[in-house]
Amino acid sequence: MYRYDEFDHGFVTQRTEQFKDQVRRRLAGELSEDEFKPLRLMNGLYLQLHAYMLRVAIPYGTLNGRQMRKLAHIARTYDHSYGHFTTRQNIQFNWPKLEDTPAILEELAEVEMHAIQTSGNCIRNVTADHFAGAAADEIADPRPYAEILRQWSSLHPEFSFLPRKFKMAITGAPNDRAAVQVHDIGLQLTRNDEGEIGFVVFVGGGLGRTPMIGRKVRDFLPEEDLLAYSEAILRVYNRYGRRDNKYKARIKILVHETGLEELKADIEAEFEKIRFGVLRLPDEEVRRIEAYFAPPPLEVLPDVSSAVETRKATDAGFAHFVKHNLNPHRVPGHTSVTLSMKPIGGIPGDATDVQMDVIAELAETFGHDEIRISHEQNVILPHVKLDDLPALYDRAVAAGFAEGNSGLITDIIACPGMDYCALATARSIPVAQRISERFGTPERQSEIGELKIKISGCINACGHHHVGHIGILGLEKKGEEFYQITLGGSANENASIGEIVGRGFSSEEVVDAIETLVDTYLGLRESEGETFLDAYRRVGEEPFKEALYGTA
Amino acid sequence: MQVITANRLLDGEVVWLAEGGIWVETVSGARVFEGKDAVAEGLALGAAAEKAQLVVGVYEMAVTEEDGDLVPVRLREKIRAKGPTTHPNLGKQAHAAAV
Repeated sequence: MYRYDEFDHGFVTQRTEQFKDQVRRRLAGELSEDEFKPLRLMNGLYLQLHAYMLRVAIPYGTLNGRQMRKLAHIARTYDHSYGHFTTRQNIQFNWPKLEDTPAILEELAEVEMHAIQTSGNCIRNVTADHFAGAAADEIADPRPYAEILRQWSSLHPEFSFLPRKFKMAITGAPNDRAAVQVHDIGLQLTRNDEGEIGFVVFVGGGLGRTPMIGRKVRDFLPEEDLLAYSEAILRVYNRYGRRDNKYKARIKILVHETGLEELKADIEAEFEKIRFGVLRLPDEEVRRIEAYFAPPPLEVLPDVSSAVETRKATDAGFAHFVKHNLNPHRVPGHTSVTLSMKPIGGIPGDATDVQMDVIAELAETFGHDEIRISHEQNVILPHVKLDDLPALYDRAVAAGFAEGNSGLITDIIACPGMDYCALATARSIPVAQRISERFGTPERQSEIGELKIKISGCINACGHHHVGHIGILGLEKKGEEFYQITLGGSANENASIGEIVGRGFSSEEVVDAIETLVDTYLGLRESEGETFLDAYRRVGEEPFKEALYGTA
Repeated sequence: MQVITANRLLDGEVVWLAEGGIWVETVSGARVFEGKDAVAEGLALGAAAEKAQLVVGVYEMAVTEEDGDLVPVRLREKIRAKGPTTHPNLGKQAHAAAV
């Protein structure tokens, strides 16, 4: 994986020193809260309902055992012994003290981590496919490009005060697991007829109060133009994006209000001015960065492991785990393992310090010291030998993250909601927990098959509810929590925004409503292979509406 | 009935303005302000405390009296007064249980 060079070390250390001094000045009364707030936000420090919250960047969701141990140490030393993995592949600590945050940033810098670009109106931490560098369906590893984008975007002076935040995602596979079409810029690696690497470019996707699917602006952007073209998009956005209304300030609104063709012409015109300048990517530099992400040496092994088959025959839990939590690896005899941070009835994305230490150890023992965080709030070991699965599974069971539910109804994305978040209008986590308990048996989950439920506790949509097969949005109505349901959303290569099915439900009613939807689906699907989303797209909302609200 | 709330600057702890201008960690100890003028006075005290580096994010919130105790009206404030409903072992509710 990427290793900091002198420049990276220099600027992270400098930034930590700056923040230390800013905290000192704040506590000494030299800075008011109004002056300090933008500075702390630039270092990932928020003030939430109960305490400060520190959001630490995990660039493109990749980290190693040493870094995970450091996160465990921070949770134990400065927080209440847990952290929360987010839908942007980051981790949040919910209880740090202001005076401790400089020390936390110093500790993070020791393992080449920081909290830069996790807040503010800048280009945020770039996200990527969590199976990057391992997936069998991959055209190329997206992480070298994500790293190049990180180097270009980190503290970019021209783009530090954008109209609003700016999120980029990249996938190297045709099966999009990085939700690129709901990002401000989405990049999908592809090859042209000559076999050269390039990108399909989407602009103006996003969720929040105005959900939109990104519009394609390039079918093939050559590799060498990645930075110049990105810069051109950002320049057009920085110049024309609205600053009069924060709710209309994202690039998706600019795309919508300007029109795709005119905006494309603006981007292309800007691009022509700079494409042969300093941002043109030299081939040797791309290859140099790529070398950091060189895959571990993996021996080609039989596709079928007798150790796995033997254990499957006698252990239903293991069989369930193997069926759902493995992703095909490009090297035969290996797999990418999803460690579920969604225990039945648990809190989506939470991990204790002890669990983080175990994850580090498992990565070092079985996974070539590589760990990924998925935007679905799970932890991935991307390179595991099939033969090692039984031993790995046993450790995962003991540590409490071996639920075989990846992609199933209990693998729920949920934002922190009103249990923590100052913006929330309702709680998310308790709803996720109750749904998880309702459908938690392995048989019931398997019977239902792939079903992505995503829950947000407010219109800002951190829980990605718009792209849930079933989306749940928590609102407040007459002082009570109240949940609106959307159906038919998807964040993959066939992305769609879910549609509101009808009036919302109280907290007491909402889990029953979900069960009604699930039972309706099970009753109308054409085969076990027809997923909830496929069935919804075939029949439309009527049968679901009728089941929920009757025919009147 | 209104009380004045904020987060303590140093550690973010939820606090309420009490008699004598001090900030307390439980809502039951808060000073009650009735009427627009009284609330404005409370907010002015809060603004001064903000300037003095004690607290951040001062605002007023509604409470009612239940069994002689002050209870926040809105769910958001109920959660702030206790801690996350998902973690009964964390936040103010944990201290309360330990007493």
